[in-house]
Amino acid sequence: MMRALGLAFLLFTAFPASAQDVPLVADLSSHLVAITTGFSGTDVLLFGATDGPGDIAVVVRGPAKEEVVRRKGRMGPIWANAESVIFRDVPSYYRVASSRPLGEFAPQLLLSRYQIGVDSVRMLPADENMPAEQATVFKQALLRLKTEDGLYDQGVADVALMSNRLFRTQLHFPANVPTGTYLVEVYLFREGQITSAEIVPLTISKIGVGADLYDFAHGKWAFFYGLLAVLLAGSAGWTAGAVFRRV
Amino acid sequence: MQIYLPIAEISVNIFLVLGLGGAVGLLSGLFGVGGGFLMTPLLIFIGVPPSVAVGTQAAQTVASSVSGVLAHMRRGNVDFLMGAVLTAGGFVGSGIGVWLFNVLKAEGHIDLTISLGYVTFLGIVGGFMLIESLPGVLRRRPVAVALVQRGPGRHRWMDALPFKMRFRRSKLYVSALLPLAIGALVGLLVAMMGVGGGFLMVPAMIYLVGMPTQVVIGTSLFQITFVTAATAILQSTVNHSVDAVLALLLLLIGVLGAQVGARLSGKVKGEHLRIMLALLVLAVAIRLALDLVLTPADIFSLGSGDVS
Repeated sequence: MMRALGLAFLLFTAFPASAQDVPLVADLSSHLVAITTGFSGTDVLLFGATDGPGDIAVVVRGPAKEEVVRRKGRMGPIWANAESVIFRDVPSYYRVASSRPLGEFAPQLLLSRYQIGVDSVRMLPADENMPAEQATVFKQALLRLKTEDGLYDQGVADVALMSNRLFRTQLHFPANVPTGTYLVEVYLFREGQITSAEIVPLTISKIGVGADLYDFAHGKWAFFYGLLAVLLAGSAGWTAGAVFRRV
Repeated sequence: MQIYLPIAEISVNIFLVLGLGGAVGLLSGLFGVGGGFLMTPLLIFIGVPPSVAVGTQAAQTVASSVSGVLAHMRRGNVDFLMGAVLTAGGFVGSGIGVWLFNVLKAEGHIDLTISLGYVTFLGIVGGFMLIESLPGVLRRRPVAVALVQRGPGRHRWMDALPFKMRFRRSKLYVSALLPLAIGALVGLLVAMMGVGGGFLMVPAMIYLVGMPTQVVIGTSLFQITFVTAATAILQSTVNHSVDAVLALLLLLIGVLGAQVGARLSGKVKGEHLRIMLALLVLAVAIRLALDLVLTPADIFSLGSGDVS
């Protein structure tokens, strides 16, 4: 249903776009990902049209956060966290999709300037005096851990182009996706240059009972949340005891 | 079927959580143990962040101890004055525990501390249970009897302590400092490991303070009810680490399992089951110990998943 709607919308927008000579238009099948109680990850369809041949790169960036990477070391017989490196302003989620492998249509300079591609994400340690080698080791670990968590991903040729005009790709968001405002950047490359770009915002937020509970637990009424949880637990235990005493 | 836990911020299989709650509830009813010492590591195994596992388990322990303490109160097996002293100590220990938990979390050592704590306590509890249950099978005298029969004179060092109080229900005239300290240690365990602490408090009150066996369990449950309740509220306020949805899921089948277990415990031959529980506890301890000692699959990890 979502997909059919998206395609209908795509067909509807594609023709006016070329008529008005806009080089690139893009949109999402949904601008809101709602994390409800049954949430186990979701896909959002990105679709759009260009005014002619070219390559498409799509970058999805989650809200920037501070990340701590820890390395274990031996302390006697046991392994304990020893060193740690703090990275500031790291995208909490990062995904790249493109019509061809990035290196085939875009020069490295542009890729790193616009931070397109997992390897091009800028990650600077908070401690500026850190030796470059150590920073690199920890940065590689951060990239790897984020990828294992399903929060960083780089697809190869996963943007489908149709008649050099229409394009579409599925963006996956796993169950552990961080909440916040996401930016979906769409780049149109021609002859190694970015000829056009478009940014579409996407909101990921908790909705429903779970969200209300989260707000209650993290807000200024947190004390009463705890009190309520304890009263609930206490009355559940009391009820069970009372019921079973009669059985 | 997956369910999203709002505070843990992970998605888990609902039947897995219900099954865990039921199984641990059954064991706790069968053996009269709190079950927290099994539940907290199991929750961490299935991916719940350690701080949420510990905070939620404190709330969940309130439920099982409330029905227990009410049953003991009906039989008059609660020494309220001793319970109040233990609880006062428990509040102090719990406060220190929550603070220490935060410090260790910021330093990145909380997972290690929880693991070390569990290896130590599960090792001791499992070991004692195994030793306690073996004599029954081998037709020898239980260790507990042997300890009690060591006779008078063993409390002499604590008789010298000041602040003596008279505990009528327990028929004791002892210093309040020792129960205060025991209560505080238990409060610390509740806050840092999410266990009720009965496995420590009951033997300590019997062997160190000399409390009569028939009032010690009711009185411990009295303390555990109030200290876990206070800890859960404190953890919610300071760390926001109590997941009400997770706690309710665990309770749902857990209270049922505990009641069924309590009924079964009269009918089933206890000795062999007790050995099984001891082996299960030791298995969890060994698994945790191996994780600490063996070279980890990945020596890198991301910070405790805090939203900065």
